[in-house]
Amino acid sequence: MLLVVEQFLNGLQFGLLLFLLAAGLTLVFGIMDLVNLAHGSLYMMGAYFAATFAAWTGSFILGALMALGATLVLGIVLEVTALRHLYGRDHLDHVLATFGLILFFNEAVRLIWGPAGLALPLPAWLTVPVPILPGIHYPAYRLAIIVVALLVALLLYLGVMRTRIGMLIRAGASNREMIGALGINIKLLYTLVFGLGAALAGLAGLMQAPILTVQIGMGENILILAFVIIVIGGIGSIRGAFLAAIFVGMIDTLGRAFLPNLLRQVLSSTAASTAAPALSSMLIYLLMAIVLVVRPEGLFPANRR
Amino acid sequence: MKGLSVSKAVTALMLAGLVLLPLYSSLSGNIFILTLFTRIVILALAAASLNLIMGYGGMMSFGHAAYLGIGGYAVGILAQEGIGSGFVQFPVALAASALFALVIGALSLRTRGVYFIMITLAFAQMAYYVASGLARYGGDDGLTVYKRSDFSGLIDLSDRVQFYYLCLACLLGVIFLIWRIVNSRFGLVVQGLRSNEQRMQAIGFPAKRYQLVCFVISGTMCGLAGALLANNTDFVSPAVMYWTRSGDLMVMVILGGMGTLFGPVMGAVVYLLLEEFLSQITEYWALIMGPLLLLIVLFGRGGIMGVLGRVGRG
Amino acid sequence: MAEPLLRVEKLVRRFGGITATDNVSLDVAAGELHAIIGPNGAGKTTLISQLTGHLAPHAGTVSLGGRDITYLPAYRRCALGLARSFQITSLLLDFTAADNVALAAQAHAGTSFRFFANARKEKGLRDAAHAALDRVGLSHRADVVVSRLSHGERRELELAVALASRPKLLLLDEPMAGLGVTESQRMVKLLQELRKEVSIVLVEHDMPAVFALADRISVLVYGRVIASGDPAAIRQNEDVKRAYLGDQHVVTRHG
Repeated sequence: MLLVVEQFLNGLQFGLLLFLLAAGLTLVFGIMDLVNLAHGSLYMMGAYFAATFAAWTGSFILGALMALGATLVLGIVLEVTALRHLYGRDHLDHVLATFGLILFFNEAVRLIWGPAGLALPLPAWLTVPVPILPGIHYPAYRLAIIVVALLVALLLYLGVMRTRIGMLIRAGASNREMIGALGINIKLLYTLVFGLGAALAGLAGLMQAPILTVQIGMGENILILAFVIIVIGGIGSIRGAFLAAIFVGMIDTLGRAFLPNLLRQVLSSTAASTAAPALSSMLIYLLMAIVLVVRPEGLFPANRR
Repeated sequence: MKGLSVSKAVTALMLAGLVLLPLYSSLSGNIFILTLFTRIVILALAAASLNLIMGYGGMMSFGHAAYLGIGGYAVGILAQEGIGSGFVQFPVALAASALFALVIGALSLRTRGVYFIMITLAFAQMAYYVASGLARYGGDDGLTVYKRSDFSGLIDLSDRVQFYYLCLACLLGVIFLIWRIVNSRFGLVVQGLRSNEQRMQAIGFPAKRYQLVCFVISGTMCGLAGALLANNTDFVSPAVMYWTRSGDLMVMVILGGMGTLFGPVMGAVVYLLLEEFLSQITEYWALIMGPLLLLIVLFGRGGIMGVLGRVGRG
Repeated sequence: MAEPLLRVEKLVRRFGGITATDNVSLDVAAGELHAIIGPNGAGKTTLISQLTGHLAPHAGTVSLGGRDITYLPAYRRCALGLARSFQITSLLLDFTAADNVALAAQAHAGTSFRFFANARKEKGLRDAAHAALDRVGLSHRADVVVSRLSHGERRELELAVALASRPKLLLLDEPMAGLGVTESQRMVKLLQELRKEVSIVLVEHDMPAVFALADRISVLVYGRVIASGDPAAIRQNEDVKRAYLGDQHVVTRHG
């Protein structure tokens, strides 16, 4: 029981983190029609910035806030200098160009921070276990991630649903020509949306940093997961991204936690211990394949033309 | 017409270089360059196969490295199980790749555009994780191929020069096949579908089955590259199927020029030589390679072949 | 009356709350040129799409030569002798004019699962292509890539492509759209020739052309056929006058 509750929360926490990453990706994809493979690099940069700034300032919170600002700026710079010129181009061009950016970022990190990973230690007050149910404790930090991510999701939802900018963003996601017709500064809107996406990716990275080590290539695995999520959820749909992210987070976490034991019932224990991680990693791709075969445009397609 | 001749001249030069390379290698005593180029030729074969569906068929597969792995594992697994004959290993490698392409093609071709890119990626990742889970065959760490494929004395794969020429012959053979295919009835239909699927349906072509057959042909060709690659490295691991490898193949095709016969070969040669060259001058080669790719996308439309064509005309 | 070539019975297609095709019934006899007219938004394109198989109806049937084709995919209908042109020209832009037509001929001349022989050197296909191009007066442009053809030439090429499949019935979706005066006249002349060889369903906004060409006219308004008959009868019909012909500016504005 204890394990089930804990893994359930872990799944929720991972799913919410994935949502932060996927939200930016799906907005950029839906509005600018840009396939940005380098989104995972922004996630990685968020983690590296946080580790560095936290070490400088000696404060986790201060470091995190500075890292958030830094990824926002980095995203804007990236959009203005490079990605802006890719709008309206072929998706393949996007794949190639942003693939190049991944190479660049990975190497830049290796040059600046060295090949070894960094650690981002948590302040003591975030490491204590918190009682959540009678007899069940859960790490404060993971709880904090859930709260922060839910808060961000709520703000994002309100921002997109209730504000004028949000209205434009939604309009853009479902019909790109329309925002042009509204006579607003598209360039600026695109830059803002990209910056927002970058900051969300950075937030995901910096929050994940204390749980995993901060290392080169950390953005790539999770980027693919984020892509899986937005494809399952339907490109351009925040709601779809949210639901799919929770779903994927749960499946991934629960699969990793419980598959080994399940497999051990039918396989020898060594075979099970090799097959289980592979199988649980596969589950998500299997899920995506099934969704696409049944619903070729994802579960919640944003209104397409 | 002059534009054609510039790209043709460069292509001919490149082919002559590839044919004469072992000669240079033995004269100069530079064995390393032969090893490097064997790898280049094999990956050029993989890129050429991807070009068939991507450049001519308009199907943007982001999971083509899966066939490299499948072809490689077919060789590796059979070798480990004591079946060393290339006459068994290679047909099995091709058949397994074809079967995989048939299944994932039938499912993936239900989707379009970015969704197609992503679903092919997903299937390749599944293959990657399946390979990681093969405890008997090395799992994550991969599988060493202790003995190269045995062709009963017909050709010795352990001989560097013979193996190089085998790979080159496979590459040229595949390119010849692609050339025939794209000009055949079938090839015109596939290219027509890339250009305007609705129109092709309206004049009486069922799109899916042509695309699927093309997808299978391409996968089978790439499986051949996989079988050669395992022999070249004497090793196969899940890493050859990782999504960044599929990305590498796409880069080679786009860099060289999509939908041109020799573009992918050019792309593979340039990309891998650049990688080699840059990694010799600086440890941080990707720092240059990354932005270079970005610049190529922004300014080098149509890849190297496209640029050569424009140079000739300009 | 003999079995009509094309029979549409009680066809219904809805989009959300809107019924775009509302119980449409229609017969096209062999050898007939049947025009379908109606103001913008009357559901003409929706109707055509159901005839060609790009859109599935919610109810009703479509049959060709007595055979039910309601749910057949587009390519199967084409094999049965139904060819179409598109309202917005839809051609293989990076292929030459001759290649476009030859592919249509190829679809009806044996299997296309031939992988080795050069299809551009197949005499039968090339001859068929040139014959069709000749028919529409485009043979001198055969080797030009479509993206370099003028709009008028593309409209003619659309016809050649449709002809190359040797159809029994030709569905023409606004073949005059966007054509200049002389080009329109050429197209009318061309259609006058073609109608001797093949049955035609013509959707068109150019009223003089329609009345000059059609044997029978069906008038579609809000998804319904409000009148059907020969040009003289349609001209006299009060409903049509009220609903459509009296509203001439709609017609002219579109072209």
